[in-house]
Amino acid sequence: MSDRTTPRPAQDPGAPGADTGPGAAVTALPGTPPPVKARPGALRGAAAGPALRRLLPLAQVHSLGLLVVLVLLGVVGTTTSGNFLTGDNIVTILTGAAVIGVITVGQTFVIIGGGIDLSVGAIVAVASVWCTTVATQSHGLAGMLFTAVVVGAAVGLLNGLLIAYGRIVAFITTLAMMASARGVAERISDRQSQVVTVDSFNRIATDKFLGIPLLVYLMAAIVVLGWLLLNRTTFGRRTFAVGGNPEAARLAGIAVRRHTVLLYLLSGVCCGVAAVMLTARTTSGASNLGNLYELDSIAAVIIGGTLLAGGRGSLVGSILGVLVFTTITNIFVLNNLTTDIQEIAKGLIIIAAVLLQRFQGARSPA
Amino acid sequence: MKDSGAGSIGRRNMLFGAGALGSGLLLSACTSNSTDDGADQAGVTADRPAAGSAGTPGKHVTIGFSAPAADHGWMAAITKNAKAQAGRYTDVSFQAAEGTNDVNAQISAVQTLIDRKVDVLVVLPFDGKALTSIGAQAMDADIPVVNLDRVFDNSLAYRTWIGGDNYGMGVNAGQYIVRTLKAKGVGKPVIAEIAGIDNLDLTKQRSQGFKDALAKAGFSVSIRQAAQFTADSGQQVMSNVLQARSKLDAVWNHDDDQGIGVEAAVKQAGRSEFFMVGGAGSKHAMQQIKADSGVLKATVVYPSSMSASAITLARLIGQGKGVGDLVEQEVPTSITLFSATVTKDNVDQYLPTSFT
Repeated sequence: MSDRTTPRPAQDPGAPGADTGPGAAVTALPGTPPPVKARPGALRGAAAGPALRRLLPLAQVHSLGLLVVLVLLGVVGTTTSGNFLTGDNIVTILTGAAVIGVITVGQTFVIIGGGIDLSVGAIVAVASVWCTTVATQSHGLAGMLFTAVVVGAAVGLLNGLLIAYGRIVAFITTLAMMASARGVAERISDRQSQVVTVDSFNRIATDKFLGIPLLVYLMAAIVVLGWLLLNRTTFGRRTFAVGGNPEAARLAGIAVRRHTVLLYLLSGVCCGVAAVMLTARTTSGASNLGNLYELDSIAAVIIGGTLLAGGRGSLVGSILGVLVFTTITNIFVLNNLTTDIQEIAKGLIIIAAVLLQRFQGARSPA
Repeated sequence: MKDSGAGSIGRRNMLFGAGALGSGLLLSACTSNSTDDGADQAGVTADRPAAGSAGTPGKHVTIGFSAPAADHGWMAAITKNAKAQAGRYTDVSFQAAEGTNDVNAQISAVQTLIDRKVDVLVVLPFDGKALTSIGAQAMDADIPVVNLDRVFDNSLAYRTWIGGDNYGMGVNAGQYIVRTLKAKGVGKPVIAEIAGIDNLDLTKQRSQGFKDALAKAGFSVSIRQAAQFTADSGQQVMSNVLQARSKLDAVWNHDDDQGIGVEAAVKQAGRSEFFMVGGAGSKHAMQQIKADSGVLKATVVYPSSMSASAITLARLIGQGKGVGDLVEQEVPTSITLFSATVTKDNVDQYLPTSFT
C-alpha cells in the first residue's frame, strides 16, 4: 500500500544491507561480535547512505500517522465521555492492550520476515489450557510458567520446521496449526474452563507497581526487547533481508531456512508469554481463549505500516496499531454503543487510519 | 554457509535436541486433568430415580443422539449428561453421532441414525431452522424425535420439544435484582448487563426478559455490552464497563463461562460496591455463591440436565408410556424448563446439577 507514497524498490530497506558487501560481513557472523558492528558501517557507506535516510522517515511517518489517529481518538473519547481521560481508564486501555501487544510483537517479526502466523490465537489457547491442567497446577507457579512458554515455543518451532524444511506455504501451515492446536486444547481441557487455583499465578494480573499493573510492564519490556532485536541486531537485519528477497538473502549467505524457523519460534514464545498473561487475567484456561486473535494481531501489524508481503515494517507502528484498537473498544463501551454500531465503526476507523497514514506519507518525505 | 565448524553445530543441535526432549517428557506428564469431577458428574442423575411406573424396565429402546460440537462447558455437559442418563437404563442402548457445528454434517449424522433404524431420536440442532427437514424426515419414517432446546421450525418435525426458557432466565435475573435492590432501599440504581453473543436469538430473548422485569419496578439497564461467551471477552468487556460507570449497583452477566473473566475483571479493578447475578449455572459460579466471598450472589440456571430428561422422555416415548405422576397416558408435546434462581440459601440443592 505504501508503494505509491514512497516510490522505491521493495528490497531497499533490508536487502541493501545484505547486498552491499554481504559476503564477508554475514559469513563471518556466528559467534563473532565485531562483524555485527561492522555492518552498520557498511550500510552507511557507498550506496546505502540515501537508503538509510529514506528508511528512517518512513518508519517515523507511519508511526506519526497512527499517533495522529490515537490523538483524534483521544479527543473523541474525552468529548464523549467524562471517564475517558482518567488515570484509571488509561491504565485499563494499556492493560487491555498487553496480551495482543505481546502476540503482535511476534507477528510483526514473522510478517516482516515474509511469512504470516494464523495460529497465534490457537497457540495461546493450547498454552493456556496446558498450563492450567490439574497436573500442571500441582507444580505451582514455576511449573505453569514453564509449561505455557515451552508449549508456545514447541508449537512455533513445529510451524517453522514445516514451513522452512517441509516447504509448505506459511498460510496453509499455520491455518492447519490453528485447527489442530485448538483441537489439542479442546482434547486436554475436555472443553471445560479450567479455573486457576494457584494464587501467585493470578497475582500476575492483579499486582501493581506504582499504580500500573505488572502486565503493562511486561508488555513494555517485550516491546523494547523486540525493538532492539529488530533494529539493533544482525537477527533483525536478516529478518528484513529474508522478508524482502529470500533469494538475495540466501545468495548473501544468510541461512534463510534456519532464520525462518527462528521467526516462528519467536512468535510461539510470544504466544506462550501472552497465554500466561491472558490466563492470569481471566483466572482460567479454556480452549476458546484467544479466539480471532490472529486477525487482531495481523490487523494491528498492517495498520502499523508493515508490508503484508514482508521486507519492510515497524514494531512501534504495530504497537500503536494495537493501542488504536484497544482505545476504540474502550470508547465504544464508555459510550455504551450497541454491538452492530461498534462493528460498523470499527471497520470505518481502520480504513480511515490507513488512508490518513497514506496522505501523511505522501506529504512528508522530501 | 559451511562457515562454522560442523562440531559446534552438532553440539548445539544435540543440546537443543536434548532440551526439547526433556521438556517434552516433562510436559506430557502435565496434560492430566483427573480430579474427583467424574463422581460429581455422575451425581447429576444418580440420585434421581425415575418416578412411578416410568422407572420399571420395559421394552428395549435404541436412542440416537445428535448435538453440536461440545465446544463450551454447557454444551459439553449436555452430551455427557445424555450419555450418563442412557447408561442408567438397562433397557436403553445409546447411539451418539459425532458432535458438529456444521449444519450439513449434522444433517448427515441424523440421516445415518435414521438409516440405522434407531427407535427414538434426540436432536439438539446447531440451527433449528436448518435441521427442520431432517427432523420431519425422521418423523415420516416413524421415528419419534425429541427436539432438545433449539426448536425446529415446524411442530411436525418433532414429537416432543424440551428446552430452556431464555426469556424466563432474563425475567428471573431481573426480579432477583429488583428484590435485592428494593430490600437495600436503592432508589435509582445503576444496572449493567453483560450479554452473550449478540446476534443469537437466545441473547435477544434473555435481554428482553431482563428489560421487562426491571421495567415493572421502574428500573432500566444503564449500560449493556455484549461479550462472546468466552472468559477473555468477558474480562475485556467488563474491565471497560467498570471504567464507564464509576459506581454500579447491580450486574447481570448472561453466562457463567464468560463470567469467570467478568469476575476476574472486577477483582483486578478492586471494585466491590455492587452485586452480580450470573447465568447458566456452572459449578464454579455456584461455588462462588456458596463461598459468598466475591460480588457474585446468585445465578439463574439454564439447566444442562435437560439432555438427561430428554433421554428419559425418549425412552418413555419408545415404550409408549406417559410421564410418571402426570395423569396423561402420553408424553406431552412440549416441556419448557424452569430457570431457577440459585442463591446462597438453595445452592446446595443445585450444585449437583451444575456443569463444570
